[in-house]
Amino acid sequence: MAMTVHCDIVSAEESLFSGLVKMVVVSGVEGEIGITYGHAPLLTALKPGPVRIIKDGGEEEVYFLSGGYVEIQPNVVTVLADTAEREIDEEAARKAREEAEHALRSAPADIDYARVSAQLAEAEARLRTMQAIRKAAGK
Amino acid sequence: MAGGKEVRTKIASIKSTQKITSAMEMVAASKMRKAQDRMALGRPYASRIRAVLGHVANASAEYQHVYLQEREVKRVGYILVSTDRGLCGGLNINVFKAAIRDMQSWSKQGVGVDICAIGNKAVSFFKNIGGNVVAALRDVGDAPEEAQLRGPIKVMIDRLAAGEIDRLYLVSNEFVNTMTQKPQIRQLLPLQKEEDEQQHQWDYLYEPEAVELLDGLLVSYIRSQVYQAVVENKACEQAARMIAMKSATDNAGELIDALQLVYNKARQAAITQELSEIVGGAAAV
Repeated sequence: MAMTVHCDIVSAEESLFSGLVKMVVVSGVEGEIGITYGHAPLLTALKPGPVRIIKDGGEEEVYFLSGGYVEIQPNVVTVLADTAEREIDEEAARKAREEAEHALRSAPADIDYARVSAQLAEAEARLRTMQAIRKAAGK
Repeated sequence: MAGGKEVRTKIASIKSTQKITSAMEMVAASKMRKAQDRMALGRPYASRIRAVLGHVANASAEYQHVYLQEREVKRVGYILVSTDRGLCGGLNINVFKAAIRDMQSWSKQGVGVDICAIGNKAVSFFKNIGGNVVAALRDVGDAPEEAQLRGPIKVMIDRLAAGEIDRLYLVSNEFVNTMTQKPQIRQLLPLQKEEDEQQHQWDYLYEPEAVELLDGLLVSYIRSQVYQAVVENKACEQAARMIAMKSATDNAGELIDALQLVYNKARQAAITQELSEIVGGAAAV
């Protein structure tokens, strides 16, 4: 029997996924973490980015999370997302990235550096997720 | 005709009241459906984060966060959720009663009480009876937003962090079903340890540091619990109002029937009297 772990992904608005999976890959603040059965208990914050679920049969699902927390117990993984998206508006993400880049480059005196760079990171994470979704679908 | 006209006006006025209550019943029914949907959507997150924090409470962490420390209780905080408007049966009164009873048991032990009142009814209730209201939120609206609640929640969390209060409770209505709403009091902080299912000691790996992480996670937890309580209370409010208005409409119907009977009797008595007068007059001739 394949080793599976129960995974719940919930956001404040809805429950996105609940079921047994082979592996979950999340973007933690200190790097990507792949979680399989029997992982040590771990709590981490998430940065904006994709969460990838690999199910028992090898199918993949990818969602975009804008941040949140992950709790890992040996047999349960709980992803608490601030907001989560199944569909990504590529156009809007590109535009947001350009705007943020432009703001950083022109650097007006009153720029809120932290906010703009967070915006840039989020837009880039969205686009990365987009690619991951494409790859999962193409497989 | 004695009293006939008065009875008729009374019937007319009760009928118009009945129209209003039945309209309110229907409005509450449709709002209740929306409120219930909102409650159902928020539930998975609220229950998951509660489960996670349950694990956190059980972990034997090397670092004890200030929000998690069990201290000697000198002062407690209550977040009290009520409705904005009345005409919803005993909903608010039941919650206030439960809260007051709890608060009194604390004051008997010489423990002070701080209150965070959410909803117009709670705000005016504690204004009337007195009580140390440290934060208040009026006009929550039909579709509460999490952002609205952040201010009052922050006041309470800051007090806890500063050591001004040692425990934080949440008082609100639990939506059992459309007919039943139950007031409930839950302890938010410090987290309550569940019965230890695992015997061995364990702790999490934290990324980043435990302090930062728990800070954020606990605030998210409190926010989600309070938000869920407010949304649930909203569903309770609409359900309670629907039931209250339904029974008001029914009562108005009964009253109208009874008055109609009085009116018919009075009319009949007048006719009978008139007839007997005529007959009596004819006999005298």
